[in-house]
Amino acid sequence: MKPQQLREQFPVLDTKVYGKPLVYLDNAATSQRPKSVVDAFVTSCNTANSNLHRAVHKMAQDATDAYEGARRRVQEFIGAAHPEEIVFTSGATASINLVAYSFGEAFVGEGDEIIVTEAEHHSNIVPWQLLCERKKATLKVLEVDDNGELQIGHLRSLITHNTRLMAVTHVSNVLGIENPIREIAQICHENGVPVLVDGAQGAVHRRVNVQELDCDFYVFSGHKLFAASGTGVLYGKRLLLDAMPPFMGGGEMIETVKFTGSTWAKLPGKFEAGTQNINAVPSLVPALDLLDKCFSDAELVENQENIKGYIYDYLDNHPRITLYGCPAEMDRKVPLFSFKVEGAHHEDLALIMDKMGIALRSGQMCAEPLMDRLGVTGLLRASFAPYNTMEEAEYFTQCLEKAIGMLV
Amino acid sequence: MTKEERKNKVIEDFSLYDEWLDRYEYLIELGKALEPFPEEKKTEDRLIKGCQSRVWLDAELRDGLLWFTADSDAIITKGIISLLISVYSGLTPEEIADDDFAFIGEIGLKENLSPTRANGLVSMINTIKEISRLRSK
Repeated sequence: MKPQQLREQFPVLDTKVYGKPLVYLDNAATSQRPKSVVDAFVTSCNTANSNLHRAVHKMAQDATDAYEGARRRVQEFIGAAHPEEIVFTSGATASINLVAYSFGEAFVGEGDEIIVTEAEHHSNIVPWQLLCERKKATLKVLEVDDNGELQIGHLRSLITHNTRLMAVTHVSNVLGIENPIREIAQICHENGVPVLVDGAQGAVHRRVNVQELDCDFYVFSGHKLFAASGTGVLYGKRLLLDAMPPFMGGGEMIETVKFTGSTWAKLPGKFEAGTQNINAVPSLVPALDLLDKCFSDAELVENQENIKGYIYDYLDNHPRITLYGCPAEMDRKVPLFSFKVEGAHHEDLALIMDKMGIALRSGQMCAEPLMDRLGVTGLLRASFAPYNTMEEAEYFTQCLEKAIGMLV
Repeated sequence: MTKEERKNKVIEDFSLYDEWLDRYEYLIELGKALEPFPEEKKTEDRLIKGCQSRVWLDAELRDGLLWFTADSDAIITKGIISLLISVYSGLTPEEIADDDFAFIGEIGLKENLSPTRANGLVSMINTIKEISRLRSK
């Protein structure tokens, strides 16, 4: 499939901003939605809108089928062993908070330790900080080197007999580097430490198989991979999820309720209290179908690789530009580029390029500790999706030159 | 120049440019032309809260008139604060505190900034007003 054919499935990409064609390079913040996803949402509203699991009537059955169908599609997409290992949440942040609370209640106590990395998004730092405060536990940090690579060599020495969990991002939202999850999981498991992987960026760019990665938890958001916003996934190994108490109480998550005490529903219901995101969750199916296509279609893959190579070379060789996130092997880099321009503030650049029709992210990108480590107050980020074209990539570099010319 | 004359001049200068890119160029020029702000004045208490980029504002009362100096690490923001200073520096605190800052709306500045920077502009205006109120008789 040509990128142009893929673009036709995304009506929003025809938008004009300030009279200029939109060049959307803020995909790491949220992706755009194809027609098939919008249609799935609308179809759910128009033909199968009912609360789930509860009633005997036909429409409730249709809504439940669509919802549970999405669960099986997600299971297949990430290679989970069982459908009940897939818990729907509102997004990656909610998934991590669920684990931090619930796993924390079951397994973390005073004097225990949680390990995170220096390259995490705030969503994979703050829930653990809250847990550590609550339980008087300690948060430990695995550092990155100057290229943005995790210092895996230091991991063994960080782990002690008090370490209860390691939380690590699959792909950093700033550095765009794929971390060696399997190796991390292996080291952690040798020491009996479970691993949570933040896949918010990873699931977008890599075909994930949670059993091959052998991670204990994997979380991601639907809105970053073409699905409706407000959809999120928590994968957890059944043994662990079974051993964790509920996060929120309410309808659906109970087996029996008595004033003398209640009992909990089986997985995954135990973690899905209250009315779920009925209309949005079915949109995960066409979203993942399309993402699968993007992973397997030779032309689309080639287009992404060409753009990645072109932008990487441009940024890496520019005398005024420092690119952050340069792995030793290019196949571990995803088309997500954060950089600074000597003499030009990231916010000025983003503002000028916005007027040229280019949507970029500027600032700390919800990763303040990493910004501190890199010694910057913020960066400019361009993140590409399969529907971006080489023409857009070239327009981006031309506009960046023009913006730099205006500022320097 | 009176306060109104200063505002009209800003509105007039801005209207010379049709394109927002050209208006940014104009703001960048203003930012670059702003007189240097001493490093030792870049303190936490002079930082304007609510801006994504860092903006420092200092005010001095001399002979009953308020004189502002400012700086920012982002050049367009620096141009914006420069523009505000060019209108309000050298007026009495009362004149500034009573002002409605409506000319900002006339040049369409707020609407044409990104939301974070529009908030920053509001923070700049509020800080100038607050300083003036505190120094008013």
